[in-house]
Amino acid sequence: MTEISMAQALNAALRDAVKDDDRVLIFGEDVGPLGGVFRVTDGITADFGEERCFDTPLAESGIVGFAVGMAMGGFRPVVEMQFDAFAYPAFEQITSHVAKLRNRTRGALSLPMVIRIPYAGGIGGVEHHCDSSEAYYTHTPGLRVVTPGTPQDAYDLLRDSIDSPDPVIFLEPKCRYWSKEPVSFTREGAAMDRAVVRRAGEDVTLIAYGPMVATALETAAAATAEGWDVEVVDLRSLSPFDDETVTASVRRTGRAVVVHEAAGFGGYGAEVVARVTEQCFHQLHAPVLRVTGLDIPYPPPKLERHQLPDVDRILDTVARLQWHDEPVVAGA
Amino acid sequence: MSRETSAAALLPSGVPVRFLAEDGTRVDEHGHYSEPPSERLVEAYRLMVLGRRFDAQATALTKQGRLAVYPSSAGQEACQVASALALTDADWLFPTYRDSVALVARGLEPGEILTLLRGDAHCGYDPAETRVAPQCTPLATQTLHAAGLAHAMQRRGEDSVAFALIGDGATSEGDFHEALNFAAVFEAPVVFFVQNNRFAISVPFEKQSAAPALAYKGVGYGVRSEQVDGNDAVAVLSVLEDAVAHARSGGGPVLVEAHTYRIDAHTNADDATRYRDRAEVERWRAADPVRRLETYLTTENLLSADDVERFRAEAETFAAGVRDTLNADVEPDPLSLFEHVYAVPTRQLAAQRALVAAEVEA
Ligand SMILES: Cc1ncc(C[n+]2csc(CCOP(=O)(O)OP(=O)(O)O)c2C)c(N)n1
Repeated sequence: MTEISMAQALNAALRDAVKDDDRVLIFGEDVGPLGGVFRVTDGITADFGEERCFDTPLAESGIVGFAVGMAMGGFRPVVEMQFDAFAYPAFEQITSHVAKLRNRTRGALSLPMVIRIPYAGGIGGVEHHCDSSEAYYTHTPGLRVVTPGTPQDAYDLLRDSIDSPDPVIFLEPKCRYWSKEPVSFTREGAAMDRAVVRRAGEDVTLIAYGPMVATALETAAAATAEGWDVEVVDLRSLSPFDDETVTASVRRTGRAVVVHEAAGFGGYGAEVVARVTEQCFHQLHAPVLRVTGLDIPYPPPKLERHQLPDVDRILDTVARLQWHDEPVVAGA
Repeated sequence: MSRETSAAALLPSGVPVRFLAEDGTRVDEHGHYSEPPSERLVEAYRLMVLGRRFDAQATALTKQGRLAVYPSSAGQEACQVASALALTDADWLFPTYRDSVALVARGLEPGEILTLLRGDAHCGYDPAETRVAPQCTPLATQTLHAAGLAHAMQRRGEDSVAFALIGDGATSEGDFHEALNFAAVFEAPVVFFVQNNRFAISVPFEKQSAAPALAYKGVGYGVRSEQVDGNDAVAVLSVLEDAVAHARSGGGPVLVEAHTYRIDAHTNADDATRYRDRAEVERWRAADPVRRLETYLTTENLLSADDVERFRAEAETFAAGVRDTLNADVEPDPLSLFEHVYAVPTRQLAAQRALVAAEVEA
């Protein structure tokens, strides 16, 4: 196994999918000879031809709507939205058509397609380049929403997503594009639909996904100094949600903190807290807490360190759970 | 096919293409277009009579509470029928909510067309089998699907065409422009057919667009464009057949604008007297497409009084069938709500299905 970056793992997944299935087509803005602004499609046009990986006019609704028609016509489009906030012009196509066509036609038409969206911040990007838009998509029935936290998952999840008969919103944490690890291309760890325990622990469960998986793992490592044994669950699949894995973990540890970069209010973490509370109430020793981005528009780069949950902020929140066996009140 | 680089070659004719004057007499305002064979025109007439009767029946059914809502296309029969006649069974039709008569003309079951408006199902027919996309409600979004599907068929080596219907108001939406641009860049075999019926709910064309005609909108994208008298069935059929042939032969997309008029309100729920006067409607009634074609065909001895009688009787029988179908009470299965949300059912939905099943049981 060679050590590669998440961007390279995604590139490998795209190449292997194009190689294995004639119906798979990649298109979007600058994905052709340039290889995408993050180079995720690097070299694919050169190796497989313009037929398989091509540039389109600059129009996000156009890209997604065109992909809808192509999927109706038997292809499996994998399209790239250049950055999170630039997918919004395509929002209507995604919610009104991509998510609903199978249901509207009672199964007569399906849309096996993947919409890749580099998302979230932490790269010093200017405004409109750092949105965490997962809640918009997870709130839409008919879509699958996944996000890898590691290069290995990036490869496995993208292959699974391309094979999926359901449309998938594939959120790529851009601050992790350059993180490296050895990756196997055997797809043994098929990742679709299932959360995974990234690090086992006894005292508290940190629930994270995408860009925050690495931060949660760093927090767990730092927590050992405090004498806390922290378990980290990486959701991977935001919709559907893997209740079993999460519930099993929290029932064992009795404490949970949900971490995400997106604004907290009305956010995805609220859903996770609700589910965990509903299913683990009797095992909980403390309220389930959240560490999230602030409820503000994504800040300019010089201020983004205040926006992003970091090890200290997560550790402080973990500390608020305390280590008594009796229930305590948040913030007490 | 090499791309057209001269704008002149893409421009629509200066006045809408027309074969018939409002009184049904033959006029020569049709440039290079030729008149379709008389059997085609008689068939168009038959379907227009059928379509008008269907439309009246559906409107009546809203008054009886059988349909939640119905957007009438009375006055637009020439456009509706020609849209179906210009296509083969292998071509794909992308209709809007208003285009039910086009679906009748294509041979779909009225009961299956009206399930949408009756509230039984989002799409009552099988789009894969009929090659008719679900009737689209979000404006202009279907034009992109048509472009994408046209491109898919082209890649597969099929010589089928995608045909997208759109209203005048919807041409202001971004998706329409993105679709024209995509179709042109990919040289996709798609025909965009704008039925300019002068209103988007209450907003008249003058407040919708400053263009002298919507047909000009194709030129800037490199799309061949044409305008036609939308109440002249001979002209609409001729122009649409030509557009479809152009797209089918690899010539790229075509945009056709039909100048027509919405005789009824936007839907039965809307009061058209608030935004237009009766005189205007009466002026357009005089341009009625069904009567115009009937006059022409009878004057030319292509249609007998017997034929007219026969077609009307057929339309009556058809309408009675529509009534019977819609009057039968069918309760959709509540548990079908959980089908086809995903190809691979989710555990969350299984739990909610159990909840609804228990509620239905109780
Ligand atoms: C994206 C979107 N915005 C608004 C509406 C509500 N709406 C339904 S029909 C209509 C007017 C459409 O006018 P036009 O395109 O001229 O078609 P017509 O109904 O006259 O055939 C509007 C505004 C909608 N369906 N979709």
